Amino acid sequence: MSNPADAGQPGLRLRERFPLVALIAERLALSIVLLFAVSILIFGGLEALPGDFATTYLGQSATPQAVANIRAELGLDRPVTTRYAEWLGNALHGDFGTSWASKNSVSEQIANRLGNSLFLAGFAAIIAVPLAVGLGMLSVHFRNRLPDKVINVLSLAAISLPEFFIGYLLIYFFAVRYGIATFPATVYAEMSFLERLQAIALPTATLVLVVLAHMMRMTRAAILSVMSSAYMETAELKGLGAFRAIVKHAAPNALAPIINVVALNLAYLVVGVVVVEVVFVYPGMGQYMVDAVTVRDMPVVQACGLIFAAVYIFLNMVADILAIVANPRLRHPR
Amino acid sequence: MRLRDIPITAWIGIIGIIAAFICAFFAPWIAPFGETDVLGDVWAPADAQHVFGLDNLGRDILSRLIYGARTTLFVALGATVISFSLGIILSFTAAVSRGAIDLVLSRFNDLMMSIPTLIFALVVLAVLPQNLIVLILVMAILDSTRVYRLGRAVALDVAVMEFVEAAKLRGEGKLWIIFREILPNTLSPLLAEFGLRFAFAILFLSTLSFLGLGIQPPAADWGGMVKDNKDGIIFGISAALVPGAAIAALAVCVNLVVDWLLKRTSSLKGGRGDA
Amino acid sequence: MPELLSVRDLKIEATSYPPGEPPRRVTIVDGVSFDLQKGKVLGLIGESGAGKSTIGLSALAYGRGGAEITGGEVLLDGQNLLALGKGGIRKVRGARVCYVAQSAAAAFNPAHRLGEQVIEASVKHSLMPKEEARKRALYLFRVLGLPNPETFGERYPHQVSGGQLQRAMTAMALCSNPELIVFDEPTTALDVTTQIDVLAAIKHAIEETHTAALYITHDLAVVAQISDDIMVLRHGKKVEYGTARQIIEAPNEAYTRALVNVRQDKREEAADQTGALLRVENVTAGYSSFKVLSDVSLHVPKGQTLAIVGESGSGKSTLARVITGLLPAQQGTVTFDGKPLPRALKGRSNEELRRIQLIYQMADTAMNPRQTVRDIIGRPLTFYYGLRGAAKTARITELLEQIEMGKGFIDRYPAELSGGQKQRVAIARALAADPELILCDEPTSALDPLVAEGILKLLTRLQQEKQLSYIFITHDIAIVRAIADSVAVMHRGRLVRFGPKSRVLSPPFDDYTDLLLKSVPEMEIGWLERVLATRKMESAGN
Repeated sequence: MSNPADAGQPGLRLRERFPLVALIAERLALSIVLLFAVSILIFGGLEALPGDFATTYLGQSATPQAVANIRAELGLDRPVTTRYAEWLGNALHGDFGTSWASKNSVSEQIANRLGNSLFLAGFAAIIAVPLAVGLGMLSVHFRNRLPDKVINVLSLAAISLPEFFIGYLLIYFFAVRYGIATFPATVYAEMSFLERLQAIALPTATLVLVVLAHMMRMTRAAILSVMSSAYMETAELKGLGAFRAIVKHAAPNALAPIINVVALNLAYLVVGVVVVEVVFVYPGMGQYMVDAVTVRDMPVVQACGLIFAAVYIFLNMVADILAIVANPRLRHPR
Repeated sequence: MRLRDIPITAWIGIIGIIAAFICAFFAPWIAPFGETDVLGDVWAPADAQHVFGLDNLGRDILSRLIYGARTTLFVALGATVISFSLGIILSFTAAVSRGAIDLVLSRFNDLMMSIPTLIFALVVLAVLPQNLIVLILVMAILDSTRVYRLGRAVALDVAVMEFVEAAKLRGEGKLWIIFREILPNTLSPLLAEFGLRFAFAILFLSTLSFLGLGIQPPAADWGGMVKDNKDGIIFGISAALVPGAAIAALAVCVNLVVDWLLKRTSSLKGGRGDA
Repeated sequence: MPELLSVRDLKIEATSYPPGEPPRRVTIVDGVSFDLQKGKVLGLIGESGAGKSTIGLSALAYGRGGAEITGGEVLLDGQNLLALGKGGIRKVRGARVCYVAQSAAAAFNPAHRLGEQVIEASVKHSLMPKEEARKRALYLFRVLGLPNPETFGERYPHQVSGGQLQRAMTAMALCSNPELIVFDEPTTALDVTTQIDVLAAIKHAIEETHTAALYITHDLAVVAQISDDIMVLRHGKKVEYGTARQIIEAPNEAYTRALVNVRQDKREEAADQTGALLRVENVTAGYSSFKVLSDVSLHVPKGQTLAIVGESGSGKSTLARVITGLLPAQQGTVTFDGKPLPRALKGRSNEELRRIQLIYQMADTAMNPRQTVRDIIGRPLTFYYGLRGAAKTARITELLEQIEMGKGFIDRYPAELSGGQKQRVAIARALAADPELILCDEPTSALDPLVAEGILKLLTRLQQEKQLSYIFITHDIAIVRAIADSVAVMHRGRLVRFGPKSRVLSPPFDDYTDLLLKSVPEMEIGWLERVLATRKMESAGN
């Protein structure tokens, strides 16, 4: 259907001439739409929830007069569409307003903290992904034998442990008892790269442990499914060695499912960062958001929620696009 | 299906779960002391009377642990049952109806799933008043999206089989097709998924309580107990590790049973994505 | 003449895990011996479960799934392949013995180009340098009749058709100049008109290259065209072994004779075909983007059988869906017993639904695996007639007798039944509604020839007893001859020919019917050569 001779004709739709590009553009557009929808959900959804926010905000001290006052003060008496437009408009310029609790600029805080969180998450990802893929391959190689069973049990235990438990366990043994690592994990702008790494050693280890287990189990399943395909039997019947069969025949087809697995687990990372930052008192977005939620500091909550969602949507979009590109059927259409 | 066929790992899991439920049901009779009784010094170490020692307010950790099982299990189970029912009803309806209903439900589900569960929960809990019902409903609705995705995949797998078409040709109504043709063929993967959701609910609830957004004091739930005692870690007090270990142990038991169920299932769609 | 391949007392076993019982050891192949000389073709024929694929794979010392070779010898040029270690057997596979799988579509790696995969074994076994391998591949593409042989190697598996893939797989096997090729049902999954081209291509290629071959199939007519010798297998044991001519023209064993004589009977067609229980007029149907059926008109008189013949993509199954209401027609009408039927399923009454029943090709998926025979046959009884309790059980027992199965089957699950038994239960389910018209969508295509024969006889008997009308959808001309009164030939959504069987199947023919009829293998030695002489190869399309 895709004929090189057609590429020059202006009449044909973009989709038919460059199906790959069209698919990618579609994913991009979808993600942007999704982000907008999420922003409406985060902002507007709060309006749709039952109960009166102003009353909840004041809690014990919710006298009718206090409620009316706080409503005026927080600007809650204006129509929701105006507030949304204003909020979104400012957000697109990077201005997330001022915190109700501390009266500081939210954007300023986010600028500092986002970098910290991304640093932590990124570092954990760099360690966890290759380790997970490697362990997955090992598991498949020793399928149903002792190493596989041991890895299976250990990973099962790891996915059952809550992040904060792992965190405190590591702190208890490595920081307090044996004094190897530092706690809390404070970082500040003037630190050197090496000092930073030292400070985040424990939080990184915690994140890695949590994500590694999930990712490894899924990688194993993906690789196993590829290994049992008919074309792997063909490779064996052609007398090809095990190594060549895996590298040349299994790996290219395992790429797309493994990318999917990694993307799915990056979500764990986004969530894990929040808890780990609270445990280790690390100055990142996660801690910022949790503190804000506890005191119902809405501008901060909404801003953090939007940013977390944006990062998550972005990661999923990249994964989808990579999976599209890795699929030979889509790279070389009929 | 004979009892002998169940592997030992699954047995460990089953026994652990039963033990937790016994604690939950019979807490007032099993616990040596009361949930809120102050009995001694802050963070007193373990001795013959207090197997795990005392917590940050001088209360017996073991007793709080037993009472905590009640709250943890009740909330986690309640949320799982609601999320599962909601997810299955919606996803099966979508799978059988196809067309516009499927499109709308699935798109909405995708939208809800594009925000990680914890983040979504944080945003919502910032607005809503803090009580048990709200907590259970929030957990249930957010988790139902995962159940929806799996349920739809599993139901579609069965819905395209010819015996479902044969039932349609007979003139059978939608309810018959869902409950008598499709559902019986999806029990195995659904049961495994229920277990997974339950394990996730336990961990999620504990995390929320740990962050101060879940069960409110003085009620004891395991996540909250970790939060109460976490300041002792820096001083080498391991009190916070005890409830943490309990959470982990229960989750391990549930996962062992789920693993066994998964091995018995020929196909499971949707992977184990839990974010 | 020295033997190339000598198999002695081959024994292959596996462990089966029946539900609810402890694992059991089963024997798949039990003491089979045969010889094959250089350059000759041996056909292995048998029904499913006979062990023919397993034997074929043993020539590569390979056991698929859990199959283990537990006894006997496989001698290639005097060397026992089963005694070779891992390294040794690797040198043999892909170099001296090659395998052509049943489904080439699954056997090729979707991530690599065809050319690369075809020459891979030759290059990796250091049999020839890459350039020479490429040249050889090009030569083989030509010999096998592939379109644009110069650029064929650059394409990916998903870009070419099923018939082309099967030929590419043959090229892959021939590329390394092996002494022996094992063909495992290479044309089973293809359309009749494609099958004959691929068959001819394979025969031509192995004659050109003087390669010996094991040709595995369940179709005796196909194997008669290509083999020098034939071995008949049943339940893992050898039944008969002789030259192709002897097996086809003068079989010794009763089982072989049954296989050879399958569907020899032809039915006398009904004289008066004017009445119409079901009438289809000018029906056009399809989906929003494309049409599947264009202006189709036909009819079925009461108590008679209309056979609809066509290949994949002809629209025959879609026609069945239109008649039952699953796919509403876009234009035209379907009239049943004088009254027009509502186009969509939703609009039809239970009575209208009851009188037309459908039987599917795959009985496995046509019945709910969680329901017993009692539930499956009993549901229509309850749904349409409100039968319950003892009355229902009595009627179910009656129906079981009519399909020649005893009442002991009433509490069995589909998984406990054989393929033929499952299809019989499906027929009983259709009969339970007491219909007047039964649509049979290729009900015997997935069954072994002898079992299929039994089902066809059952259907014919039921028709005589109950004055049922059948619309029988099939791609098999032999079935058409055996059971039809009238025939409709469909091609790409259009009705090519329709009328009484004698008229449709006699000349003069239109081009497509001519092609179709000529493509059906006859159980005669030398048929292939004769047909090829009068027929041009349509290699480009297929």
